[in-house]
Amino acid sequence: MAKKSSRDRVNNEVNAGSMADIAFLLLIFFLVTTTIDVDKGITVKLPPWSEDEPDITKLNKRNVYSVLVNAQNQLLVRGDLANVDELRENAKEFIMNPQKKEDLAEKPTKAIISLKNDRGTNYKTYLEVYNELKAAYNELWDAECQRLYGVPYSEDLPIAYRKEIKKKIPFVLSEAEPTNFGEE
Amino acid sequence: MSKFSKKRGKASPAISTASLPDIIFMLLFFFMVVTVMRNSELLIDVVVPEATELQKLEQKSLVNYIYVGRPKEKYRNTYGTSPRVQLNDAFVKGSLENEIPIFLEKHRIKVPEAQRPRITTSLRVDGDVTMGIVQDVKTALRKSNQLKVNYSARIRAN
Repeated sequence: MAKKSSRDRVNNEVNAGSMADIAFLLLIFFLVTTTIDVDKGITVKLPPWSEDEPDITKLNKRNVYSVLVNAQNQLLVRGDLANVDELRENAKEFIMNPQKKEDLAEKPTKAIISLKNDRGTNYKTYLEVYNELKAAYNELWDAECQRLYGVPYSEDLPIAYRKEIKKKIPFVLSEAEPTNFGEE
Repeated sequence: MSKFSKKRGKASPAISTASLPDIIFMLLFFFMVVTVMRNSELLIDVVVPEATELQKLEQKSLVNYIYVGRPKEKYRNTYGTSPRVQLNDAFVKGSLENEIPIFLEKHRIKVPEAQRPRITTSLRVDGDVTMGIVQDVKTALRKSNQLKVNYSARIRAN
């Protein structure tokens, strides 16, 4: 009895030294398997499916900003060859029309961007063009937001603010069915 | 003064490692929380293009992934080099219009009903793929009424 009590006194604590090793092992496992890549991308809303093609011929020509990307990844903006680098500024001018030109959009709410590509267009080019058009709108929203509320536009803004801005400058991008050129 | 030196002399020189497991566990929990296990092995090469106007995909459970790209080197003998669509762990064998709705539905039933309208499809498409196949995927998505789509991209350093 006396012997037992002496043993109790010696080993009354579990040796926690190896606990660290076990934890290390697990830690290293998770370190190796972790991929901290947050998923980011351009969010779009596709139009609902309908059998018949929408008719855009009824629209006033000055309100339509047509962008065509062909299978050679060249850009045709409103009938002229263009470069991706100029697209953003060009689109911004078209939407806002600060000088009230005859051939640009009447007002931002009427502006429509029409994007059309070939089946052979490179996805990279397509996304680049889409990115520029989205960027044009983002910059306009930003400017409008600064003017109205004095803060830059972001997704964290109250929904009422965002609605107000999007009502003034709506993002209207219509994508036509691609033409069957250059499909591999 | 003498009191201090006496005490110091008696104290054991070893640093207590009792709190080490706690620290390691803390790190462990951090990594356990941020870890996302790759749920599907990629059979294709996907290098997503770069862009600037990116939005984060918030809730991982509300996202399903569609991969488009060319088969990896080791699968080229069996599957060729032309771009293909991968859902979960396998290539689409039949037509996209049949398989994509099934794929979407399989994901949808796992999501609580209230959150279903917020389901997003993330398109992870290789930059070198032509629009034809992407368009087919988009059409299939539209037909199955999955309209929230995210074109996955990397951030471009300006």
